[in-house]
Amino acid sequence: MNAIFEYFGTIFKGVKTLLTGMKITGKYVFTPWKHVTQQYPENRETLKMFDRYRGEVIMPHNENNEHLCTGCGICELNCPNGSIEIISKMVVSEDGKKKRAIDQHIYHLGMCTFCNLCVKACPTGAIVMGQNFEHAVWDRSKLTKVLNQPGSKIAQGVKE
Amino acid sequence: MSELKEIIISSDKIHTDQYLVNMGPQHPSTHGVLRLLVQLEGEIVHHIQPHVGYIHSGIEKMCEAISYPQIIHLTDRMDYLSAHMNNEAVALCVENALQVEVPDRVKYIRTIMDELSRLASHQLWWCVMGMDLGALTTFFYGLRDREHILDIFEETCGARLTVNYNVPGGLMFDIHPNFQKRVKDFLKEFKKKLPEYDQLLSDNVIFRERTNNIGYLSLEDAISWGVTGPSGRGSGFSCDVRKHEPYSAYPLVQFQEKLDTKGDSFTRYKLRIDEMWESIRIIEQLIDNIPEGDYAVKMKGVIKLPEGEFYQRVETARGEFGVYIISDGKKNPYRVKFRSPGFSNLFALNKMAAGHKIADLVAIMSTLDLVIPDIDR
Amino acid sequence: MGFNIYDFTEMTHNMHLWFLERMSPAMTTVVEWTIIGVCYLLFIALFGLFLVYAERKVCAAFQQRLGPTRVGYWGLLQTIADFLKLLMKELIMPKSADKFLYNLAPFIVMIATFMAIAVLPFGKGLQTMDFDIGIFYVTAVSSIGVIGILIAGWSSNNKYSLIGAMRSGAQILSYELSVSLSLVTMIIFAGTMQLSGIVEGQRDAWFLFKGHIPALIAFVIFLIAGTAETNRGPFDLAEAESELTAGFHTEYSGIKFAFFFLAEYINMFIVAAMATTVFLGGWMPLHFGSLESFNHVMDFIPPLVWFFIKVCGVIFLIMWFKWTFPRLRVDQILTLEWKYLLPINLINILLMCLVVLTKFHL
Repeated sequence: MNAIFEYFGTIFKGVKTLLTGMKITGKYVFTPWKHVTQQYPENRETLKMFDRYRGEVIMPHNENNEHLCTGCGICELNCPNGSIEIISKMVVSEDGKKKRAIDQHIYHLGMCTFCNLCVKACPTGAIVMGQNFEHAVWDRSKLTKVLNQPGSKIAQGVKE
Repeated sequence: MSELKEIIISSDKIHTDQYLVNMGPQHPSTHGVLRLLVQLEGEIVHHIQPHVGYIHSGIEKMCEAISYPQIIHLTDRMDYLSAHMNNEAVALCVENALQVEVPDRVKYIRTIMDELSRLASHQLWWCVMGMDLGALTTFFYGLRDREHILDIFEETCGARLTVNYNVPGGLMFDIHPNFQKRVKDFLKEFKKKLPEYDQLLSDNVIFRERTNNIGYLSLEDAISWGVTGPSGRGSGFSCDVRKHEPYSAYPLVQFQEKLDTKGDSFTRYKLRIDEMWESIRIIEQLIDNIPEGDYAVKMKGVIKLPEGEFYQRVETARGEFGVYIISDGKKNPYRVKFRSPGFSNLFALNKMAAGHKIADLVAIMSTLDLVIPDIDR
Repeated sequence: MGFNIYDFTEMTHNMHLWFLERMSPAMTTVVEWTIIGVCYLLFIALFGLFLVYAERKVCAAFQQRLGPTRVGYWGLLQTIADFLKLLMKELIMPKSADKFLYNLAPFIVMIATFMAIAVLPFGKGLQTMDFDIGIFYVTAVSSIGVIGILIAGWSSNNKYSLIGAMRSGAQILSYELSVSLSLVTMIIFAGTMQLSGIVEGQRDAWFLFKGHIPALIAFVIFLIAGTAETNRGPFDLAEAESELTAGFHTEYSGIKFAFFFLAEYINMFIVAAMATTVFLGGWMPLHFGSLESFNHVMDFIPPLVWFFIKVCGVIFLIMWFKWTFPRLRVDQILTLEWKYLLPINLINILLMCLVVLTKFHL
């Protein structure tokens, strides 16, 4: 007799746990408006990344096309995978002294691991992390970027 | 007549050929590119030979060429689900070698981040566990809740998975102003969701049948194969580094090392669910009491370790993770060795799954919570 | 030629006469067969596509997702796009496959589903064949499908496929018993094996309500066993994505894979339609004993609509199972059948006999 009770006991217990599971999923299927899907390309306008999000390295320029980069090369040293190349040039300043300045700050996006070490190491805060994450391009060479804009120069008062 | 009798007698033991099946490197349940050479007889698994190395990326070798702060960002890519803990292991190792004492604030934040990663990792493990057993809906429920943790990471650390938040001497940034509020909101919500995990999967009769008394691993085997983490603790192997060799803020918090001696798949599953509750408890103890202070110690521009050998272990979501650095006094290490939990855990699979069915092999594999880059490095 | 959406008997009869007036009886038969065949083909293709779409949407709702939204409004054209993609895909055959059997298998599976669908009563007078032994016929032909699965697994020359096929064989053979026995329970109650007769018997109340507890138990068992018959989760051992990659159809691609895929969904429809016919009153409207006005309103809904509402309800239930439960192991699936479903079924038949003998249901 005990065996029979046990037999039916297992059945009822089993069915009960199955129904509990169905209750959980049922709760969600009958509230389909609570979905968690993000409609990505459609929500571009409202999609705002967090301020610290590391999408790419950028070099902010002010309205006079001036940046803060002195061309010291610390970011290049700190980059673990060689995504940054600094090509510097010598410029003659107004008072006649020769000074090192940035010619091209080359950034290989395709090699970057977005570790933030270059930004952290930059003594002048010339480079920061941008929030753009749409990096898909048709040609790999487009992933190599020159961060300083053409014709830009270093802002006044930045010390090396 | 006698011939017929002989046939009848011998037909009791029909000898079938054993055959080999390659599970992986492309197989839906190997969670990556793991290859198991499985010897089968019908449905019964006789022997499993794991073959690793399909995504070996030579991280240990790469570490020899780069400086200590740079090593940390590579550890993100090993066990990507416990990136924080891996980062912390290297950071702690370097700090100990240099005998740098980090501020309390750093310790607290590191511990909270560790436990959040543990939660995120266990959530992902839970959804994959359900999926491996054929309950596909769990996958989305787990990921849905994990998203909140990833948002917290993204806001504070700047990345969702490869966070790279620790640096030698402290943290990359201070916590975001929203951090505490977000964490508390998440915990409040997740405490309501976690019982649903139990109702949906843990209590389910099919799930119980699939995992109870399956994949037994004895305490001796767990110790001799070096199975750590919840998988080892399921066999009664008290191996929680957070308890035995506390680091960061773990000495300051109250929590239990969940232990069980049954050693089957369900125990390992249950321990992970319990660990989630413990993680919630730890975060709740710390989140309101983060002390004021600096978020990093000022370190030298170029960090050079003194000559010698240094070892630091931490508890990741999968088990004991160790960093072993041999330094010759230069700015980059002479040799780095990572002791990854996944590698040791994987090779106990043969011990657990031999004699069970293929379906059990998949279930046992998911209770080990394998992350393939962690195994291959 | 009157068109009555409540009763198709007259319409089909008139059509038959209309054809007879214009051509010889033999020609009439050929033309009628062709029309019916085309109708079924269209129905299977369209309803199969609809079911695939519905499954994706329902599954998405279970998982708090949206499902397909890009192709067409609400993703309505998604399955059609998928079907076109499958049509255009290359048919890859393993080098060492058994070519004849490999090509034959998808057709056997499809033919079995076609045959089973022939006797289903969609509405009053809307039934191609009304055998006296309709239920017997359905259970007989629907189990031909497993031969196709076995052949597919064998001929692919893939170990995963073979394991899947063998699992499927063991599973379907066992669950065939439960399906038949739960139907037998209802045959005892209905007193006929003719599908139209069974539907007629439910004019006043559905068998599910009429037959008390035995009918309810039979219905639950039929649902479980029916789900297992169609190889759907939690009984999808033959495919078992996480274990056997794709089970018996691992090596199939393109339209041959689509055949298996479509057959699975049509089988689900057949199971749901059988459950509807035998337990839920077929195309009969929902009636409550004394609520005259309610019954009258229900009568206005055409039988065809009733039939599909019920079928979709049962299909939703089957989908609910799939998207909630983990998969069973192969030995557990047999335990469930032989240790639980079969004894309960046999006891249930006894109970039903008692109900019928004591005329408890009236």
